[in-house]
Amino acid sequence: MEIPKIIGAGLVVIGAGIGIGKIGGSAMDAIARQPEATGKIQTAMLIAAALIEGIGFAALFAVN
Amino acid sequence: MVISKKPLHFIIATLVALLPLLSSANTNNTSSSSIETTSKEHANKSEGHDVENANLTEEQKADLDRKAYIKHHLMDSHDFTIFTYGKEGEKHFGFPLPVILYDNGLHFFSSSKFEHGESVAESNGSFYKINHHDGLVYRTDAEGNFTEDEKGHVTNVKPLDFSITKNIFMILIVGLMMFFLFRDLGKSYKQNGSVATGVGRFFEPIVLYIRDDIAIPNIGEKHYKKYMSFLLTIFFFIWFLNMFGLTPLGVNITGNLAITASLAVITYLITTFTAKKDYWGHIFWMPGVPVPMKFILAPIELLGTIIKPFSLMIRLYANMVAGHIVLMSLIALMYTFNSPIGSPLSFFLAFVLSLLEILVALLQAYIFTMLAALYFGAAVEEHHHDEAHH
Repeated sequence: MEIPKIIGAGLVVIGAGIGIGKIGGSAMDAIARQPEATGKIQTAMLIAAALIEGIGFAALFAVN
Repeated sequence: MVISKKPLHFIIATLVALLPLLSSANTNNTSSSSIETTSKEHANKSEGHDVENANLTEEQKADLDRKAYIKHHLMDSHDFTIFTYGKEGEKHFGFPLPVILYDNGLHFFSSSKFEHGESVAESNGSFYKINHHDGLVYRTDAEGNFTEDEKGHVTNVKPLDFSITKNIFMILIVGLMMFFLFRDLGKSYKQNGSVATGVGRFFEPIVLYIRDDIAIPNIGEKHYKKYMSFLLTIFFFIWFLNMFGLTPLGVNITGNLAITASLAVITYLITTFTAKKDYWGHIFWMPGVPVPMKFILAPIELLGTIIKPFSLMIRLYANMVAGHIVLMSLIALMYTFNSPIGSPLSFFLAFVLSLLEILVALLQAYIFTMLAALYFGAAVEEHHHDEAHH
């Protein structure tokens, strides 16, 4: 019962990692295109990253 | 560079940075230093079953020690201990805090009666002892014995505990600090012709940032004022508590689920009770979708109102606990390596991680405030897409 739980949580964390990576990468592209909008892009990036992070933590808690 | 103009500062900084190399000189012959001993004793106390540990290898025992050491750091406690030293009869450097229990009447005594969990405290004919497993106070017999069921849960009577614990003590300190800091900042505008003085000069731009970049864009020009006090309070409260968590005081307040939960509940109550008609309209009767969809969306949206503050709670708690666990694990590397490499390596990694944690402390305060403002904004949003459905 313990091992499937851990594997599941690991998969969720991988997914969250890919998600945050994509957000960061896209934000980098956007900032490179429009450096004057850096502040707005960073804010939106942080919010989206924080929302995904929540899912990752939820998985870690389910395993605990 | 600024630092090159001050050679004395540079030399001192270099010496401080080289300190861990000196400490590595005696790691080999003192295999169990004082912290190791302390953590071992804590481990034995918290496990409570020395017989159970008897058939473990030396390595597994050390592993358990370090886990107990980290767990002990994350827990709240009834006395304020900054550090402990001495192998035999350890000395605690700190001060006791008041214990307030409600158990058929009010019990009020100093936590020094517990002697750091070693002894049974007697108050009005009842006996209380701290269980080392969960750090909670239970009513026991005069010898301080705990009864456990087969799963290892303590079955003793648990009195209602209103004690001023370490966490609550630090919350009060931070509350007082914030009160005097921002009262002085507010006063200095009147006295000094609308210019902030003293330490307020540092905090004024942050207050303005929260108003101009968090509150106004998310809540709107019309309604933001009534939420400003809450947003500012919650930002500085979380930020200061996070920063105190990084000091050697060893407090872990925002990494306590009860505290983040109360912050989230306050956010939820404010969102619910200041919500306008359109907010509830969007939850129970989503405009612009077919009627069968409205019935499916209503429970989902209703659940969403609870999930939002729940995620606020988990995010702050998990981030701070994760930071503390990683930092404590890096410090415990010293005992894992037990060689001249371990000490400088552990110092260097813990130092770099501490720098990162300073950023995380600010970022988590920012994100909590930002998302709270976002939820408030959704609650007071005006109905601005009438043309879509009518």
